[in-house]
Amino acid sequence: MSNNLNFHFNVDGENFSSAGEASVVVKKKLRQLGFPPDIIRRVSIAMYEGEINMVIHANGGDADVTVDDDYITIVLKDTGPGIPDVSLAMQEGYSTARESIRALGFGAGMGLPNMKKYTDSMEIDTTVGVGTTITMKIALNK
Amino acid sequence: MNLSELCEKLSLTVVAGDTGKTFDGVYAGDLLSRAMSHVEADNLWITIMSNINVIAVASLTEASAVLLAEDVELVPEALEAARDKEITVLSSPLTVYELCVKIGEFAS
Repeated sequence: MSNNLNFHFNVDGENFSSAGEASVVVKKKLRQLGFPPDIIRRVSIAMYEGEINMVIHANGGDADVTVDDDYITIVLKDTGPGIPDVSLAMQEGYSTARESIRALGFGAGMGLPNMKKYTDSMEIDTTVGVGTTITMKIALNK
Repeated sequence: MNLSELCEKLSLTVVAGDTGKTFDGVYAGDLLSRAMSHVEADNLWITIMSNINVIAVASLTEASAVLLAEDVELVPEALEAARDKEITVLSSPLTVYELCVKIGEFAS
């Protein structure tokens, strides 16, 4: 029998007014469920960065968060342009965000590095012209 | 230090939220990803960014308050979000540097 909890969000592309809303909802849910502040913080940061990436680069997408006994798993799936060079995109400071996006305080080139830093595992499945799926896991019983 | 005490000492304007709480530590910076990973819970976050995403980051990091330097004004939707999310937002005509120096003087 599974006690998994699932949350699904549709992330609206190019809508910077609602960007981060899914992360805020997940944070509230995790707090209600009594998770430790450190876990909540890491999930919030990783999910926020992923959500913002989808808004900036991929015209939105789907975010799914699953909580089971061992992990909080965040899956972010978009049908955007894909990432041509993942290792380059993983470098701190590397960004392809437009100037208008940078003016909002984004595009520091810290999104993907932050997502990796604050999670226990991160897998990037990307195909140029097709889209990107990022799966992040945060272990609950370390 | 209490936010209301800070407001009084630095003649800050209360843009939104309440000042009946304390802050512990300060982060200054405008890049949201940096702020997202460096603003600690209960920090005072000093920035010149004033768009709605500042409110989302302040909420997610559980900052005690956002202090807007150089009299920048929140855009209307950010002000509304600050009220909705009960985020305390303060403002000052001073620069980020001047605010850091003054707060550092109080803290020492």
